[in-house]
Amino acid sequence: MRRLRWDLAALAVVVVAFPLLFLTYRERGSRALEASWKYLQEMLFIFPAVLVLMGLFAVWVRRETVVKFLGKESGLPGMVVAVLLGMLPTGPLYMAFPLASMLLRKGARVANVFLFLSSWACIKLPQELVEIQFLGARFALLRLGFTVAVLLPLALIAERLMPANFEEGPEGPWPSGNGC
Amino acid sequence: MSLTALVVDVAVLALLFLSLARDKEKTFTALRLAFNALKRLLPGVLAVIGVIGLILGFVPPQWVASTMGGERGMLGLAFASLLGSVLFIPAIIAFPLAKSLLDMGASVLSVSAFITTLTMIGFVFLPLESRELGARFAFSRNGLSLAAALLVAILMHSVLR
Repeated sequence: MRRLRWDLAALAVVVVAFPLLFLTYRERGSRALEASWKYLQEMLFIFPAVLVLMGLFAVWVRRETVVKFLGKESGLPGMVVAVLLGMLPTGPLYMAFPLASMLLRKGARVANVFLFLSSWACIKLPQELVEIQFLGARFALLRLGFTVAVLLPLALIAERLMPANFEEGPEGPWPSGNGC
Repeated sequence: MSLTALVVDVAVLALLFLSLARDKEKTFTALRLAFNALKRLLPGVLAVIGVIGLILGFVPPQWVASTMGGERGMLGLAFASLLGSVLFIPAIIAFPLAKSLLDMGASVLSVSAFITTLTMIGFVFLPLESRELGARFAFSRNGLSLAAALLVAILMHSVLR
């Protein structure tokens, strides 16, 4: 049997639970519906662009380039590149997963993919501006500094937790070669 | 429509035209790959949207605040991390919420753990993440992120009291 489709299972639960909850608790249900609708709209505006960007990345960026900047030999500069890539203003975290998967298939090392996902999640540039605004520069910069300091060793641990052949990449439709 | 989305859309459109001008065939391959990815990701994305709606609709923010507020110490840290891991609130909303928690007397310890777990650990994303990167990677990343959140919280606490 193929591995369990988590996404389909989750979707099935949502499809059953949402209408039931909506009919039982009208007021909270409408708030939920409103929130989902807002997110759906937000997604429609950015999701296609992110997918096209990934498609273009797959055909134009050569495997050697990824290996050079993010591969096994990239060392500390590679880690810095991974963190900076993650900080760029792009979509929410779930958009980063397919991108991370493709980076792996193009030869990035696990530690760098871990760093990429982590910095994408919690130290994105536009978010930092909001954090400074609400919690103050001291809080925001301290959190940023500590986060990067803590993530570097954890990324190396993450790499050791993966099987040796993991960097062949999990299954997915992205070509692992040059795409030429 | 957010400014980020607009900037990304325009930039990608420009890249797409550039690609089309340089190599038609490669561009069509890219679009086909994008469409395949869409088919693969859509169920997960729709599930996430549904779950986010249910959470925002059914979990009252006041309840979040009262659970972590006050002098809860390590218990507050545990609460905050657990909540942050299960809940998903976009960081842009998380920071004002964190500020209100601080104002209500929640500790720097709790609030910092809350922010990190909120943004880095997504139980609602596990299905999607497992699908893209494998369950082993997904669970390792989430586990290590929890460790990171606790470490960062303790460091923040020791500096900011």
